[in-house]
Amino acid sequence: MTARIVVDPITRIEGHLRIEVEIQDGKIVDAYNSGTMVRGIEKILKGRDPRDAWAFTERVCGVCTTVHALASVRTVEDALDIVVPPNAEMIRNLMFAAQYMQDHVVHFYHLHAFDWVDVISALKADPAAAAGLAQSFSNWPRNSPGYFSDLQKRITKFVESGQLGIFQNGYWGHKAYKLPPEVNLIGVAHYLEALEWQKEIVKVHAIFGGKNPHPNYLVGGVPCAINLDEANALNAERFAMVQKLLEDAKTFVEQVYIPDLLAIASFYKNDWGAIGGGLTNYLAYGDLPVNGYQDVSQFKFPRGVILNRNLNEVMEIDGTDPEQIQEYIAHSWYEYTDGDTTGEHPWNGKTNLKYTGPEPPYDQLNVAGKYSWIKTPRWKGHPMEVGPLARVLVGYASGRDEFKEVVDAALKHLDVPVIALFSTLGRTAARGLETKLVAGWAMEIFNQLISNIKNGDTRTFNNSKWDPKTWPDEAKGVGLSEAPRGALAHWIVIKDKVIDNYQLVVPSTWNASPRDPYGQMSACESSLIGTPIADPEKPLEILRTIHSFDPCIACAVHMYDEKGTYVHQLQTF
Amino acid sequence: MSKKTPTLYEEIRSKGYSRRDFLKFCGMMGAMMGLEYSGVTRIVQAMEMKSRLPVVWLHFQECTGCSESFIRSSHPIVADIILDKISLDYTETLMAAAGQQAEENLHQTMEKYYGEYLLMVEGSVPTKNNTYCCIGGKTAYEILQEAAEGAKAIIAWGSCSCYGNVQAAAPNPTGATPVKRLIKGKPVINVPGCPPVAEVMAGVVVHLLTFDRIPQLDGLGRPKVFYSCRVHDTCYRRTNFDDGLFVESFDDENAKRGYCFFEMGCRGPITYNSCGVIKWNEGTSFPIQSGHPCIGCSEAYFWDNGPFYEIFSSVPDLGTETTADGISLTVGMAAVTNMTTYTVNKHPEKNTDPGR
Repeated sequence: MTARIVVDPITRIEGHLRIEVEIQDGKIVDAYNSGTMVRGIEKILKGRDPRDAWAFTERVCGVCTTVHALASVRTVEDALDIVVPPNAEMIRNLMFAAQYMQDHVVHFYHLHAFDWVDVISALKADPAAAAGLAQSFSNWPRNSPGYFSDLQKRITKFVESGQLGIFQNGYWGHKAYKLPPEVNLIGVAHYLEALEWQKEIVKVHAIFGGKNPHPNYLVGGVPCAINLDEANALNAERFAMVQKLLEDAKTFVEQVYIPDLLAIASFYKNDWGAIGGGLTNYLAYGDLPVNGYQDVSQFKFPRGVILNRNLNEVMEIDGTDPEQIQEYIAHSWYEYTDGDTTGEHPWNGKTNLKYTGPEPPYDQLNVAGKYSWIKTPRWKGHPMEVGPLARVLVGYASGRDEFKEVVDAALKHLDVPVIALFSTLGRTAARGLETKLVAGWAMEIFNQLISNIKNGDTRTFNNSKWDPKTWPDEAKGVGLSEAPRGALAHWIVIKDKVIDNYQLVVPSTWNASPRDPYGQMSACESSLIGTPIADPEKPLEILRTIHSFDPCIACAVHMYDEKGTYVHQLQTF
Repeated sequence: MSKKTPTLYEEIRSKGYSRRDFLKFCGMMGAMMGLEYSGVTRIVQAMEMKSRLPVVWLHFQECTGCSESFIRSSHPIVADIILDKISLDYTETLMAAAGQQAEENLHQTMEKYYGEYLLMVEGSVPTKNNTYCCIGGKTAYEILQEAAEGAKAIIAWGSCSCYGNVQAAAPNPTGATPVKRLIKGKPVINVPGCPPVAEVMAGVVVHLLTFDRIPQLDGLGRPKVFYSCRVHDTCYRRTNFDDGLFVESFDDENAKRGYCFFEMGCRGPITYNSCGVIKWNEGTSFPIQSGHPCIGCSEAYFWDNGPFYEIFSSVPDLGTETTADGISLTVGMAAVTNMTTYTVNKHPEKNTDPGR
């Protein structure tokens, strides 16, 4: 006897995601995920100036802001054969690093922590014991008895007000919560502290890009000029601020995020280190170029594919090969002119919105047919997991010492085998471990930037192809990047100086897509199979695994209506 | 529909007791608890205290950038807002509950605080086909109508819910529509920007709570306090514009000196926002300070007033298709004034300022 559970909305993610699962004997036996919102950004890009594309695509996502802007400028630069000056590459890298640290910390504390941390249990903690415990694994100066005691009083008062706000109706008291009250109190305290800290690190974006969310990017470089003798440009004061922000971020990651992650993981490792593994294939485009975007061998995050969890071989990816990356729509609300079972390379991606789901309000999707606004990408026909775990595994399997060091240290600390990485907890841990690497790399890159300026290079922009008159009549480009949530790529076709076709294949398209025409599940669906559900009314376990992917659905759904008629919307009011 | 939750004082009064009885009760409570008189005053205050304002934050066609901007606020910080100032009963981004429990929270607040809760909306609503945005099996359109009915007021966060924003850019494939066009008979505060400045968002909330009223709005429903000045008029590079000193290419000598971006397509002259005054991320910078022209993200249809790096040649849709609200005219006049100044100052050698 199977029972259907529907979780919609999946909260604490970006965007609108619906999960339907079949449960038999207390375990998930089948799973379907559906993106339930569509906007059509790609159709909107057609006919526009390619130099403007970064601004449009950046608005695909405000949680992983910057990532689409970066992928977009790379795509246009690839098409027009533009190489950006070293300073611009390093400034982009620093913005990338700031984004990773902010995004991963916010994910851990504000989107994922409530899956592991029971807020109500924290009220029963002994603040002095919590302080002792926190001090035993971290030097963070705020971990004092008085601090935890004040915090506990504040939360107690809040709960007693009877208005629980964002904590209302959480799965508090669920038997799958395993942390002692003291660890829960540490988690809640750092939830609030991280909320205050995350607004600091993004000031790096404000310095280089003028604002966050949605800082400015530029095809050919970065917009900010360097002039050490001018108040209105990047000067010593601005760089000093960047340095301090990066140092403080590294301290926060090392003294708060990583110790909390390991402490929480130590209580869940036995079950959640073996649940939620899902697919056995991992893909990473790699990123953080330290010798220019063209030199892939010097990327801090290496590029490659791992098949069947074989860590002895890393395969090569080619974004321009029409046979490698293809998108399917067998279960997505679109139609292809060549039939719904064919796969299309993004340069040829042609799609029409065609909703064939149930008439709302509905209780259940027709999962035998089409059931999502997300398309289904495949690499040489294989479903792929992308994201922190894929990046860390590709780094590890590529033999990079830095990856081996952090991974081996964490496995040793938790006393678990390598196989524990292939799990819900492994995914969550990989996110923390790569944040630690990025925090260190950010300092390296900053020092490199300063020494380059010291040597007399202040260029931040390559002007040679700015004027559209210098462009060929037709050009094609692909820009590869690693968003915090995983492998991100944009494809462009430029004709007669304007965009003729623009396609995005984003991390959550890989992870949260529906089945392909051959019935193969994508990463999120696959990872839910076999997960035990203690209480079908409160499916906490589903949230744990889905959140471990940090899905971003606004990113994943971005397709367009090819036949869409032009409706000029003017009467705003 | 039931009414809002009364305070203890209100409950006592509703049962027929006088305020004198209420104070006597508080005094007795104080005596029982062994408190001095000052302690009794605190009890009186606590009993009379209003409950935190219940808030429902809905998410439709959006990128969650407005939620992200909101949590960047430095004064007050967001933890203080959600723990002390409002009761954020529904927001898909931060709430612990999911699925059925999340829906319960929404409906509980809508019923219990009918007529009292504040509705915040992030994102536009697709109207070409309602199925382009569904949550919990219901359409965004239906959810908005239902939530708006019992709301005291509505805040439309960001350019998506104010104007439709990027997804409403031509050809607007999903029929993305702003909130104000779908809701009748409720005050809607439009807080545009992509996203709005964090402190502007927090400022609107604090204004409502501190002064117990909606801030004064302009003809487009925007709080005057934050949207009455053009970025151009509050820009610290404005003197360069007046003196005819312009950046001609990114990273050129003039860019390195911090000159004006008008020739690089800056939309500051036709954009109303606080960027030049409050700036971004606790006053760290704003787009022009960091070397990029303003793209006009708080204005309706700014996406279709491009390309961004060309001097804006016209005010969007001025003339044949304007609506009656007059905004296009205002903006148009502002643009014309600026263009005149620009033409006069285009050639720096004609400038008579001895300082240059």
